[in-house]
Amino acid sequence: MIFIITNDIVSNKERDDGRKLEEIRPLKIEAGILKRADGSAYLEVGGNKVIAAVYGPRESYIRRLLRPDTGVIRCRYNMAPFSVDDRKRPGPDRRSTEISKITAEALRPSLLLERFPRSMVDIFIEIIEAEGGTRCAGITAASVALADAGIPMKDMVVGCAAGKVDGEIVLDLSEKEDKEGQADVPLAIMPRTGEITLLQTDGNLTEDEFDKALSLAIEGCKQISEVQKEALKNRYEA
Amino acid sequence: MNIIPEITKQSITNLINNNERGDGRAVDEYREIVIETDFVSKAEGSARVTLGNTQIIVGTKPQIGEPFSDTPNVGVLMTNSEMLPIADPKFEPGPPSESSVELARVVDRCVRESQMVDLEKLCIEEGKKVWMIFIDLHIIDYDGNLFDAAMLGVMAALMNTKIPVAEYKNDEIVIDEEATIDLPLKDKATMCTFVKIGDKIVLDPSLDEESILDARLSIGITESGNICAMQKGGDGSLSKEEILDVVKTAYSKKDELMKHFN
Repeated sequence: MIFIITNDIVSNKERDDGRKLEEIRPLKIEAGILKRADGSAYLEVGGNKVIAAVYGPRESYIRRLLRPDTGVIRCRYNMAPFSVDDRKRPGPDRRSTEISKITAEALRPSLLLERFPRSMVDIFIEIIEAEGGTRCAGITAASVALADAGIPMKDMVVGCAAGKVDGEIVLDLSEKEDKEGQADVPLAIMPRTGEITLLQTDGNLTEDEFDKALSLAIEGCKQISEVQKEALKNRYEA
Repeated sequence: MNIIPEITKQSITNLINNNERGDGRAVDEYREIVIETDFVSKAEGSARVTLGNTQIIVGTKPQIGEPFSDTPNVGVLMTNSEMLPIADPKFEPGPPSESSVELARVVDRCVRESQMVDLEKLCIEEGKKVWMIFIDLHIIDYDGNLFDAAMLGVMAALMNTKIPVAEYKNDEIVIDEEATIDLPLKDKATMCTFVKIGDKIVLDPSLDEESILDARLSIGITESGNICAMQKGGDGSLSKEEILDVVKTAYSKKDELMKHFN
């Protein structure tokens, strides 16, 4: 499937890294890269390197999380100390705690956990190298890992951000664009139905600009979704 | 600690008693080692090591800091390890476990005591500013023998670590981000880990072997030929003869491991 966005006014402009306004960064996804995990995926987009792994469904040994009628998910987003320019101190901080929470909430709607009462699915996202857009990359990778683990799901959730840089609405912000830009709109969807499972906005946008950013991010998600499916096919072909 | 069925324990022990192993290796044979360097471009030095199914990513980051008051003219080394929950179903998120701290400390000792890093050259201004080198071990897949894999990764990462050129001028640090120099290294070191199961000793234990070990011994040896670190682990004991024997085997493995760095 090829997605073409016809907007002649914007498509001629180039960004700092040579991309068109509605172009995503080079993307690579590989499923099943870890031996021990029940499911795993490796994702590279631009300068980001992300590993996601899934364990479960397994008995919920954390009693306060246990639910008698359904399974639950637990998600942890973690950055390697060497993943950023200035070494990040190991361990959770406020940012990664928030991202862990919204990631779990972005993935949860796709999973049929009602089939696994009293159990828990662990999703671990490790950012090996960060270059803008790690939360979306994490969600995209985690969903492939969940599928690789054979967790029943309605759809593979996919994440992508749009934003505003130099007054233009652009797709898939790089680290530089994220820092220098005026707005960042990370989004995750279930592409089959178009349901939106994650949405944040950080910055200033007019109503029209937001409208445009939303549509652009959805188109970005759909492109990435194809790469996700390819990764799974490659893993289980042959 | 990994719990494994009694029958698996029996079969591993029986194999080892016949000088055989589950994966067909000889008792003194390493699994396949693959080292990929410059894996993380944001880290000043990095490597990804696979030892069989064990996988570790190592990254180094230099930072400017103040020297310790008893050693005002040398740089600082810090080693830290994260046994990530992606690596094993039993690894939990949260503060480092005992084994994780042990791993980081043993690797740290091996790097420090081998004196491989020329710490005096990491001094920018005596008593005021020095380079601190952070070595971070990211354990991503655990199938036994983290010590040897970690040391291989650390060695590879240190060898491709570049530090910016820094100068101390008028009470200020001036960093030239464009100009970098290689981390000054004087020596190299590798580590050999053995486990004792029953009366037998095997090199490079897999996870199953580690799970039933009676005792463990890791030996760090420098390229120049000195022993720089050792660590005994496990609830069992080793005899003097066993230890001397294992040291001899570790020396015989030195060249095979060092060839990954030449």
